[in-house]
Amino acid sequence: MVLLVTVITFILLRLIPGNVAGAVLGPSAYRNPAALAQFNAQYGFDKPWFQQYLLWLGHLLQGNLGYSWTLDQSVASLLSERLPKTVILVGLSTILALVVAVPIGLWQAVRRNKAVDYTFTSLSFLFYAAPTFFVGTVLILVFSVKLGWFGPEGPQGGIENDLTDWRDLFLPVLTLALVTIALFSRYMRSAVLDNITEDYVRTARAKGASGKRVLYRHVLRNSLIPIATLLGLSIPGILSGALITESVFNYPGMGYLFYQSAQKQDYPTLLGFIIVVAIATVVGSLVADVAYAVLDPRVRYA
Amino acid sequence: MTAATAPGAAAPGAAGAPGHAPGALPATKPRGMFARGLEVFLENKLALVGIALLVLIFAFCFLGPLFYHTDQVHVNLANEDLPPGPGHPLGTDANGYDILGRLMVGGQISLEVGLAAAVLATCLGTVWGAVAGYFGGITDSVMMRLVDALLSIPTLFLALVVVSMFPPTETELILVIALTSWLSTSRLIRGEALSLRVRDYVQAMRVMGGGSTRAVFRHIAPNAIGTIIVNATFQVADAILLVVALSYLGLGIRPPQTDWGGMLNQGLNSVYDGYWWQIFPAGIAIILVVIAINFVGDALRDAFEVRLQRR
Repeated sequence: MVLLVTVITFILLRLIPGNVAGAVLGPSAYRNPAALAQFNAQYGFDKPWFQQYLLWLGHLLQGNLGYSWTLDQSVASLLSERLPKTVILVGLSTILALVVAVPIGLWQAVRRNKAVDYTFTSLSFLFYAAPTFFVGTVLILVFSVKLGWFGPEGPQGGIENDLTDWRDLFLPVLTLALVTIALFSRYMRSAVLDNITEDYVRTARAKGASGKRVLYRHVLRNSLIPIATLLGLSIPGILSGALITESVFNYPGMGYLFYQSAQKQDYPTLLGFIIVVAIATVVGSLVADVAYAVLDPRVRYA
Repeated sequence: MTAATAPGAAAPGAAGAPGHAPGALPATKPRGMFARGLEVFLENKLALVGIALLVLIFAFCFLGPLFYHTDQVHVNLANEDLPPGPGHPLGTDANGYDILGRLMVGGQISLEVGLAAAVLATCLGTVWGAVAGYFGGITDSVMMRLVDALLSIPTLFLALVVVSMFPPTETELILVIALTSWLSTSRLIRGEALSLRVRDYVQAMRVMGGGSTRAVFRHIAPNAIGTIIVNATFQVADAILLVVALSYLGLGIRPPQTDWGGMLNQGLNSVYDGYWWQIFPAGIAIILVVIAINFVGDALRDAFEVRLQRR
């Protein structure tokens, strides 16, 4: 699967008009064909694309992801530098989203069609519809420019700065979390609503369990099953959100680097990152499947 | 959501009964599926709000410029960054363009690109999914593995790579977004096709000598229409947001043309100078459109579910 992704991405990157040598060496290089040819020969661009692909794949299997010529650094070291930053951003915001969205969804379902439900439904529609960077900018305007509570820019440097500069980290995490909360709480609400009408709830009530006990012990636990699945499947969405969030807050994570590399046509970096994203997505849906089977004994894969 | 469907589902059965001969099946097909679906749809107040909002926004963007004339082509630096006031109800931007007028012109592009990309993506996804699901076997495996592979790269990443190489025209933007967002549709339709192809009427048509093309286009696709339309609705919202995201990253439509995302992108450069009027109109317009489309999409899903329940 991931292999197929690499083939497709490779072809895609080669199909796109534009000349790598020109992009790297600058416009003046077009007046110097010898330099262009030398660059192409050095990086193997004079060979047909499938040879280039096999060459690249061979390097990949040896753990060599290539070399970013715009950043003058190997892709592997870029990855090890940027990936933890994104993992922290995505991880914290997903945890925050879960901690907030699960109780909200439960509350909404219990108070269905009451004021609470309508309020949170409207809010979730609002944040689901709002572009991530718009939310981010408004948050910066309010909490950073007006109130001055948090920094307008994400923590720079390595991950150790994420801990010391937690005030700078707060807004990016919040931005990414708000969008995720909107999605999760809607799923949670409908999952709880589905479960509340199930027979086992009536059974539990009939044998004398209190409303609270039924809700927390039975309904809540069963409603978390779809959320676990959703968590695995929403990885690509959250990563896209992270790309935008990182560029709003100038946070040197993976998404921001991807954006910069795309503008500079830095193929090795783009390929390296697409592989990481693809692996994350595939692992995410695998984990979702496994989690589904583990959490819900009714599900059996024949 | 289900609260709205319940009365709608019950009412037609009761109303339709007298029109039929009393028999073992009192409430068979009292009215057309369409009428019942429409009824459920109209009972959903949010859907009506959504439709009203969409009509207003479309009128604003496409009819607005007929009444409100502004120059959206020539940069006028004498007028730059004016706050809202007489002459410029929503102020002007850094190039001296009137924001109200720009909101209309930008909206046209956002809506056009969103709609066109969604329609294209839906058509492509439907045909792809229906063919894969109908033929099954190795065809299905090959076609869907390709989809799976592409799906594991988030759409934004895919579109970003393509668009970053060259600033797109409106048509190219539509193509890029359509070509990167048909995947989820094709998966949905494939699921439908898998269940539809073993239905008796499809089998019957095959026995009578109908070809595969006929099966896909006359039977599979039309019967999956509910899924297709609901999915297409959400595709429009997603496409609009994707255009906005690309424009924000500076990879949208070329100036002097713009879309709402482009306006946001430009406004963000100066928003910390206190020019709030440069981002809020476009931001709010995007939110309104996407919310309205989601309302309509939810209601359509309910309406088609009624149809499915009664089948």
